Amino acid sequence: MLLIPCPWCGPRDEAEFHYGGQAHVAYPEDPAALSDEEWARYLFFRDNPKGLFAERWSHTAGCRRWFNAVRDTATNEIHAVYRVGEPRPVIA
Amino acid sequence: MSGQPYRREGATGRVLRFRFDGQEYEGLEGDTLASALLANGVRAVASSIRLGRPRGVYAAGCEEPNALVQIEEPFPEPMLQATTVELYDGLVATGLPGQGRLADRPDPARYDAVHAHCDVLVVGAGPAGIAAAGVAARAGARVILADERPEPGGSLLGTAETLDGRPGREWAAGEVAALAALPEARVLGRTTVLGHYDDNYVIAVERRTNHLGAAAPAEMARERVWRIRAKRVVLATGGHERFVAFAGNDLPGVMLAGAARTYANRHRVLPGRRAVVFTTNDSAYAAALDLADAGVEIAAIADVRQAPGEAWAARCAERGIEVLTGHVVTAARGEGEVSSVETAPRSKTQGAGGETREIPADLLLVSGGWSPVVHLFSQSGGTLRYDEGLGAFTPGEARQAVEAAGFARGVTTLRGCLEDGAEAGRRALSAAGLAVPSEIAVPAVGEEPPAAPAEHLWLVESGDYGTHFVDLQRDVTVGEVLRAVGAGLSSVEHVKRYTTAGTAHDQGKTSGLLTSGVVAHALGVEVAELGTTTFRAPYTPVSFAALAGRDRGPLHDPVRVTAMHEWHVARGALFENVGQWKRPWYYPRPGEDPGEDMEAAVLRECRAAREDVAAMDASTLGKIDVVGPDAAVFLDRLYTNMMSTLRAGSIRYGVMCRADGMVFDDGTVIRLADDRFLVTTTTGNAAAVLDWMEEWLQTEWPDLRVHCTSVTEQWATVALVGPRSREVLARLAPGLAVDNDSFPFMTWRDTEVAGIEARVCRISFSGELAYEINVSSWSGLALWEAVMASGEVTPYGTETMHVLRAEKGFPIVGQDTDGTVTPQDLGMEWIVSKKKADFVGKRSFARADTSRPDRKHLVGLLPEDPGVLLPEGAHLVATSSLPEPPVPTLGFVTSSYRSAALGRTFALALVSGGRERAGERLYAPVGADLVPVTVTSHVLYDPEGARRDG
Repeated sequence: MLLIPCPWCGPRDEAEFHYGGQAHVAYPEDPAALSDEEWARYLFFRDNPKGLFAERWSHTAGCRRWFNAVRDTATNEIHAVYRVGEPRPVIA
Repeated sequence: MSGQPYRREGATGRVLRFRFDGQEYEGLEGDTLASALLANGVRAVASSIRLGRPRGVYAAGCEEPNALVQIEEPFPEPMLQATTVELYDGLVATGLPGQGRLADRPDPARYDAVHAHCDVLVVGAGPAGIAAAGVAARAGARVILADERPEPGGSLLGTAETLDGRPGREWAAGEVAALAALPEARVLGRTTVLGHYDDNYVIAVERRTNHLGAAAPAEMARERVWRIRAKRVVLATGGHERFVAFAGNDLPGVMLAGAARTYANRHRVLPGRRAVVFTTNDSAYAAALDLADAGVEIAAIADVRQAPGEAWAARCAERGIEVLTGHVVTAARGEGEVSSVETAPRSKTQGAGGETREIPADLLLVSGGWSPVVHLFSQSGGTLRYDEGLGAFTPGEARQAVEAAGFARGVTTLRGCLEDGAEAGRRALSAAGLAVPSEIAVPAVGEEPPAAPAEHLWLVESGDYGTHFVDLQRDVTVGEVLRAVGAGLSSVEHVKRYTTAGTAHDQGKTSGLLTSGVVAHALGVEVAELGTTTFRAPYTPVSFAALAGRDRGPLHDPVRVTAMHEWHVARGALFENVGQWKRPWYYPRPGEDPGEDMEAAVLRECRAAREDVAAMDASTLGKIDVVGPDAAVFLDRLYTNMMSTLRAGSIRYGVMCRADGMVFDDGTVIRLADDRFLVTTTTGNAAAVLDWMEEWLQTEWPDLRVHCTSVTEQWATVALVGPRSREVLARLAPGLAVDNDSFPFMTWRDTEVAGIEARVCRISFSGELAYEINVSSWSGLALWEAVMASGEVTPYGTETMHVLRAEKGFPIVGQDTDGTVTPQDLGMEWIVSKKKADFVGKRSFARADTSRPDRKHLVGLLPEDPGVLLPEGAHLVATSSLPEPPVPTLGFVTSSYRSAALGRTFALALVSGGRERAGERLYAPVGADLVPVTVTSHVLYDPEGARRDG
């Protein structure tokens, strides 16, 4: 059970959060301009790395805010949390 | 004491009476069931799972693989280890043939859970754990010390060592009592840490009343699950002794040497009269000498090593105990229990010469070395490394703020464990940012003779490995492990799955490393290269009842009821669970005996709604207040149809899709003002829709000035339905102009209904003239009672609501859709805007997949026999007899009812290319029959919509 540092509330139990998958997958500016394949990539394709992964979380049972986190999928260590719209921080 | 022939002289304590396998016995307070059985000379306690071989007590703790029992009284509990069951008066137990039986009655006990946070969690109250917890707690850290046993002391309970001149058990009790008195320290006895998860989240189970038997106070939770979040964890979990694989190593009378020592010292029980000791290391000598002092004749010590520790050899010589160096035990023999032990020089088992000896004995003590208990360390993500000296895996690199201390990380002396624990305590203090005391006193302990190196022996070589057991609980022998290796398996994980070694409920505590050792031996590789199988939670078995705690029955999930609930209950409604809501399902006509059944009640309620006037409590519909200057733009992006063109005062039905174009929810949108909408959702989807709105607003469109607030609980809603609903409403709301021109379909009016401030919407989910009257929840019951007061309005429940909407072909999201259905599939092209540049899901409607002609469409089905009710979920096929499987299915029934209005049964179904099949005959396989049905439009009642305006 992760202890997730909500940028608004501080460290809270994983049970309070909803997972939102990969971060920085923006809704396309003009979906109509995309080919079927490009649209399918937006809809269905996500990265699945072993290691650092920028992902979205929502503190649903707390402040109800969405934020991003960089988590190491191999160790579950959360290296950074940051607000929606901020760039992914560089992890040394 | 004549009743307990193997009890040592001078044992004290209250006499307890118990029954085992139908026999009455006596034991002493402080006994485990295992020690009490041994005191009474009971050797065979259980029988093995596959081979049915008799099995006796092998160990003295939670690593026991053999002595599985079932508690029969006071409450049945299966698969317990006799070594961990504390004896109490009136205990009734039976030995198990490897498997237990679940109780045939509900468990009356309470279970509970506690959440706790601490600076340091110390697992294990042996010498290292007590030292660590003491140092940390005395310096002010918040400490939890958890230990699985009824009393602290760990290994000290089984040995005869002294600390600061006091017997180990007394020292431990004193230290822990002092610790418990500190304000920030908590000592949890009888508490097993089961799982070590991410971020030092640790689960433990505290057994509070199990040891009290029938005397357990009913108001006290029997077991409590502790959910602990620790800044740092110190694992002082000690070690488990291993055995060696030799012929007959499972016979009752074969026992781990350390366990025998514990029985003699702690329980004052002799596990036998005349013993042979078989060891690979020095530790068994201490056991042999303690047992000799207790009165057991030690016939011989077979030590696989040529050079045992000199001090131990000297002590044996003093007592006249024969030490056979370079020897192994080749077999334990006897009928049902050990009566003799065969020894031989190890060289002989390897093909060289030497004499075998058959030594009469009723006890064979085995020590194949000790393995640190690394389960929790491994669960926490730490790596393990093989320690050549110990011949076992020890903690390597930690992944979290956790460290092992004492024997758990391979420290073998008592002094070393005390010092190691104290150091772990100091590190925990500095990690918590607390002052670390410079001087820490460690208690004085007796001199320990220098240890001679152990020799790691996994199996005694033989021509027949049929009774060389590796896993006693799973009945796995060396022969089977060799067969697995012979079949080409070279990973211990694969061997584990092939042989089941290590998969029993003892989780391979005594057998795991032995299995690796035998595989390594067979492959001619080092154990270090081979590694171990993965350690997984739970460390020891845990009951589902404990994990469930209070989350059962009515507390399993929150129960939501509407403001009118008590009226429904009083009226005798039956309820349906819709999400967490309790909704009236139908209302059997009161005062009849036998009561009206569901079919009759629903037909009656449907007739009332179609022909007269009826009302339903619709309060559970999700309601979301969407407010802000950009609210209309926002809703245009989420709904498939246009919401911005809706005028204040009007209502529009809408459908929301996921980005993949599949229907997600539907409901009505009420425009209250230019910048304010009230959105309704399906009952079960209210939270998901609010989450969906928040997700888009926060992550994609943060520029939109919109706030969304759930107001589901703030409103109570009564749906008033039927041709006479206008007349009833007019009477209840004299200030409201109810004629069709003044109050047209899909508009709303604020007024007073029965004197209550209300918002009345002209919405219909049945096709009939209908109103939804919304009032503050506080007034919900008053409104409902006012609607029902004249007695002319029939209350109806969700079943009738379902029939009415299905007759009209209105789908229910989640019943008639399953996340693979588009609005077009539902026959609702009209709800998908062609004018809007984009909305969530729009691009997906241009994908080839969403325009396939064979997509499943929502259609109506009429069984050819109008009395046959199709089961929901039934599949549909094109042929009147089933072809050989796999049978191609055309779709399935999503809703199926008896209709009062149609005078027959009907169904809705999702059918491949369904709209093109109108009039076609299909078949629904139901049991052995193929039920013929005709495909029709999904709108079966009043397709022209003539009834809507009354």
